[in-house]
Amino acid sequence: MVEKIQPGDAIHPGKPVTVDRYGPGARVNHWITAASLILLAISGLALFTPSLYFLTSLFGGGQNTRALHPWIGVVLFLSFFVFFFQLWRANLPERVDIIWLSKIRDLLSGHEENLPELGKYNAGQKFIFWAMTLLILVLIGTGVMIWEQYFAEYFTIPARRVAVLAHSVAAVLIICIFILHVYAAIWTRGTLRAMTRGSVTGGWAWRHHRKWLRELAGQRKTGPAK
Amino acid sequence: MSDSPRTAVSNPPTQPMQSNLGQGDLIRRSATADLPPPTRQLTAVAKLIDVSKCIGCKACQSACVEWNDTYPEVGENAGVYENPHDLTENMFTLMRFTEWVNPETDSLEWLIRKDGCMHCADPGCLKACPAPGAIVQYSNGIVDFIHENCIGCGYCVKGCPFNIPRISKADHRSYKCTLCSDRVAVGQGPACAKACPTGAIVFGTKADMIKHAEGRIADLKSRGYANAGLYDPPGVGGTHVMYVLHHNDKPHIYANLPDDPKISPLVQGWKGVTKYVGIAAMSMMAVGSVIHGVFARPNRVAPEDEENAEKLVEGKPVPPPNDATTSGGR
Amino acid sequence: MTNAWTDIKNTDLVVVMGGNAAEAHPCGFKWVTEAKAHRGAKLIVVDPRYTRTASVSDFYAPIRQGTDIAFLNGVINYCIQNNKVQWEYTKAYTNASFIVQDGFAYSDGLFSGYDEDKRDYDRSSWDYVMDEDGFARTDPTLQHPRCVWNLLKEHVSAYTPEMVERICGTPRDKFLKVAEMISECSSPTKTMTSMYALGWTQHSHGAQNIRAMAMLQLILGNIGVRGGGMNALRGHSNIQGLTDLGLMSHLLTGYLNMPTEKEPDFETYMSSRQFRPLRPGQTSYWQNYRKFMVSFMKAMYGDAATAENGWAYHYLSKLDVPAYDVLRVFEMMNAGHVNGYICQGFNPLLAFPNRGKVVAGLSKLKFLITMDPLDTETARFWENHGEFNDVDTASIQTEVIQLPTRCFAEDQGSLTNSGRWLQWFWPAATAPGEARADTWIMAQIFLRMRELYRKEGGAFPDPLLNLSWEYHDPGDPEPEELAKEINGRALRDLTDPNDPSKVLVPAGKQVLNFSQLRDDGSTMCGCWIYSGNFNENGNNMARRDNHDPDNTGAYLGWTFAWPLNRRTLYNRASADLNGKPWDPSRKLMEWDGTKWTGYDVPDIAPNAKPQDVMPFIMNQEGVSRLFTRGLLRDGPFPAHMEPFESPVQNVFNRKMRGNPVGRIFESDISQFGNSDEFPYAATSYRLTEHFHYWTKHNRVNASLQPEFFVELSEELAAEKGIKAGGWVRVWSKRGSVKAKAVVTKRIRPLICDGKTVHVIGIPLHWGFTGTAKKGFGPNSLTPFVGEANIETPGYKAFLVNIEPSTAPGGAVA
Repeated sequence: MVEKIQPGDAIHPGKPVTVDRYGPGARVNHWITAASLILLAISGLALFTPSLYFLTSLFGGGQNTRALHPWIGVVLFLSFFVFFFQLWRANLPERVDIIWLSKIRDLLSGHEENLPELGKYNAGQKFIFWAMTLLILVLIGTGVMIWEQYFAEYFTIPARRVAVLAHSVAAVLIICIFILHVYAAIWTRGTLRAMTRGSVTGGWAWRHHRKWLRELAGQRKTGPAK
Repeated sequence: MSDSPRTAVSNPPTQPMQSNLGQGDLIRRSATADLPPPTRQLTAVAKLIDVSKCIGCKACQSACVEWNDTYPEVGENAGVYENPHDLTENMFTLMRFTEWVNPETDSLEWLIRKDGCMHCADPGCLKACPAPGAIVQYSNGIVDFIHENCIGCGYCVKGCPFNIPRISKADHRSYKCTLCSDRVAVGQGPACAKACPTGAIVFGTKADMIKHAEGRIADLKSRGYANAGLYDPPGVGGTHVMYVLHHNDKPHIYANLPDDPKISPLVQGWKGVTKYVGIAAMSMMAVGSVIHGVFARPNRVAPEDEENAEKLVEGKPVPPPNDATTSGGR
Repeated sequence: MTNAWTDIKNTDLVVVMGGNAAEAHPCGFKWVTEAKAHRGAKLIVVDPRYTRTASVSDFYAPIRQGTDIAFLNGVINYCIQNNKVQWEYTKAYTNASFIVQDGFAYSDGLFSGYDEDKRDYDRSSWDYVMDEDGFARTDPTLQHPRCVWNLLKEHVSAYTPEMVERICGTPRDKFLKVAEMISECSSPTKTMTSMYALGWTQHSHGAQNIRAMAMLQLILGNIGVRGGGMNALRGHSNIQGLTDLGLMSHLLTGYLNMPTEKEPDFETYMSSRQFRPLRPGQTSYWQNYRKFMVSFMKAMYGDAATAENGWAYHYLSKLDVPAYDVLRVFEMMNAGHVNGYICQGFNPLLAFPNRGKVVAGLSKLKFLITMDPLDTETARFWENHGEFNDVDTASIQTEVIQLPTRCFAEDQGSLTNSGRWLQWFWPAATAPGEARADTWIMAQIFLRMRELYRKEGGAFPDPLLNLSWEYHDPGDPEPEELAKEINGRALRDLTDPNDPSKVLVPAGKQVLNFSQLRDDGSTMCGCWIYSGNFNENGNNMARRDNHDPDNTGAYLGWTFAWPLNRRTLYNRASADLNGKPWDPSRKLMEWDGTKWTGYDVPDIAPNAKPQDVMPFIMNQEGVSRLFTRGLLRDGPFPAHMEPFESPVQNVFNRKMRGNPVGRIFESDISQFGNSDEFPYAATSYRLTEHFHYWTKHNRVNASLQPEFFVELSEELAAEKGIKAGGWVRVWSKRGSVKAKAVVTKRIRPLICDGKTVHVIGIPLHWGFTGTAKKGFGPNSLTPFVGEANIETPGYKAFLVNIEPSTAPGGAVA
């Protein structure tokens, strides 16, 4: 299966080579989503367990926390789904992902050379992408059902009980995924600049997403040297 | 006066009084782990609603509105006697009317139940509440909402097995019957009980109310209501608002009064296992990452990788796709 | 009420029929729940609707509105047939043994002496056979074929359970169950109480409804006993006071009669009011009429009332018709004979039948003055409110003056409750704005009118100029002053008739009670039955001693009950002929060998020997009347009469419409509907959430029952395609209303005379002023019919049609 190259991805020759991975729009999108998720996690955790209720003071108290949380959720939902439509094709699973996953120990033990060459995203990234997608859908859906101010009255209380439980389970999961995502980005050095400067070094691309790099090179998707 | 009032009938004294319900009387406080033990034990109180004596006059509703100074809206007739049509943040109690044809006698019975907070011994609202001190339970059994601490999240609505709390759209705080805790605190019974013209609503110690109910049940049995009984559901630890029902074998005929109310297992799961497992999972995830970060080698880009990338871009030969990739492509 | 609210707790059986006590009298109904809870009393409800009272009853039986007489005659028949009669009581304390003249008869639904043209009976034959001494002949063995008992037995024999079912639509088994439960109370140790209200009075045969039950109670021995009685539940907290104080056009105070044209002078007036006993040795208390009348005239006109001028009798207006009741006044208003109307604490636009006629009448006035704490519909009758009051404002020239008054909670005075208790009350709040006491307004009008008469004279200014007005501030009489005037005082020293040297009451002092009133002008008294309310002991109405020795429910230290603080009327009848209580556990009065003792004030001379003086001292007979002679216009026995608008014909006389002597005006006959055009039997009633047309001004009550509705059965709703909560139009021959529909199992179709009768219920609390949603009243639909004896308008049985509809034009909010 030939992977379509994402618009905006381009190689800049030089020393080192740099590769554009995310355009400014995608980065803004990502960081809005990230910020929303962090705020949601903090405000949500404040309401999730009394031991973290003190976090409501970051939002100006419990009433404000209660009022803001769902609106932040709406922001997250909208920004994530703009993001989603940019990335979903590149995140479609492939057979190579299975091989990659089966050799995940090599990755962790520093033998990434034993893993197959990958396109723009590896299976872990794809997992995070789809897990986020699914959980955000669950969270927005159940969140609307328990949004007391506007929508709760349209749902039965038993349905709202299911919703609140599902919302909290999904929230726990998304926070776990979030931690995984952040840590993976930190552990894999050279990754963060993709979401700050928008580009990675050619070596990073060679090491982690060689197929993607080869395709970019093969299609002469090269930009002017910096 | 140092303990709970014994009746709703007495008139208040004219001199000012100190409130008899304080922080030292709390036995539960929402979202509060370290509540100090109560300084004393008040006698448990209860309101007993004898459905068989109730004529549905709504005096309790109007007394409730007057005492709590609420403003229920002037709605419209929806083809029924219930007005307002449901409990609201301005209507803490509501007469619910059911026209029920008794299949055994084929005669109509007009069942009129005063709906409102049951003041559960094990209150689901309090269990669900995330805001410290927004819901409290006094040692006399009253479950009260402390509105200044309420954040309007609606969790109490989900926690309640009786569908009682209502969230105000105006101030986003939750409202329900307080069992007139402010009156009880000064030795008075609830306003509804005081206003009830037929004595269908009585108030006193829970023990006295159970005794009173026994007399009423015996009377009802003598009138042919073989299943008359006291509704004091054990599933929520008993309640401090109880009903005498002519048909205690089927509470649901009284406008869906739950037959066996319990805090929903979903709520129990949410406030129990989910909370602990969730926090554990998130913590392990975070701690695991940190440990891995500290002890494991980071995944760095090697200089060869950069060289290979440069070569690729410049069109020079680079290592071919490795076996794994081809095998992956098979 | 013969008894008191608090006495209901002593009963064994409560029959609520012609009323809905739980709904309309929820606070008094407390005593029913007391009786049920503590005595194991049973509650029976007989009503066209399964009411709030029925919801706590032990047995409910449906009945078609307006057929109560047939039902009750059926119960009397059942009791006689099954020998469920309190024989000792019936024989001794009723006129069962009295022998009736041969001319009296009953056939085809009519009594003897009917004149169709006059719509009246010649009642001369409806009387006892008298002996040579002027006493009524009796047969204590009840064998005489013309004795009251045998005539009654024959009269009610037609009312078999089958006949009751045919007329009333009450299933036979349900009727029999009720009859059986009631008949059990013929035991001397079981009592039943009858609680009724406007469901019996507001019919063209209202008095006969009540008589039928009173007769039943008499043969069961339930009058004068604890937990018994005929208990009329009054609709306003002071409506009892209204009749007591003579606010009806044919009455003076204390049930003294307004003179008629045929009584031009005092002696003529008195000649028909001698009230000679009809049996030897009986009290016939009305023999004291002259004392009460003279004292009343002295209260009215003071020194201007003298023996020489017949106590100023010529100052009193004389009736040329039986009464100027509300229906007649509006009839006259329509005819242009009334051009000014002072409407005090009344809302005729919603309260009187045939609203169209009321509006037309008010529109013809020169001026209308309303005195009310609230903005009534009557005061706004000229204002267009869309369909809710569709009048052409420009064409109405009536000048309307609204005088705001204090409401009861802002005033002080006394209210007389159903149990005849005069309860003093104190203001709880200050009246808002320009609101003034009714007495202040009336005094101010009076003083100005008197001044005009003094200056300008007039056709006959004397009654106004000489009206006694001895208040320390003539412009603002105080409630206590009025109460003292009602109690009465000595105008000269009252001496003991047996010992003239002994002064019983010095001049200027309050009389103890009416027993001290004289007919020589030495006493004055505003209302004799109230006398004792404010004597030298002080304001007895303000007493608040709630001790009740032996828990009899008498509460003699609580306020003041007329007459003489007596709580149960005819209480001597609680004991047998030897003066022993019928039921020792429920002793009320007992003869101790020399005098009457007990828990109440005896309703007989305290030393009247039990075998000699019979308990019903107000009656000339000394006993109660199963046969009421010519005292009621529509018959000495109650007989079944259909409402003027009825879904079925009278089974006894198919040509007879309504009460044959019911009062109808010529102009209204064309406004009667018949069952072809208007097939459904409607009735009107109150709801517990509201008080008349007042509480729709109160946001709390308005929120509890916000909007006008009508109630109908699921069967009729299905037939007509009417949905619960949807709009319907209900119309009669006289008007049309739109309402929300309440579809209910509480109303079920009845089968009467082989025909399915659907009942439609129409509550009465909505209008176009106030906080509740705008709505209509049933009086837009009800006929202009007056009760045969008392002219009470009939609101309880009329015909309508119904259809699904849309919201009325003109904002509902």
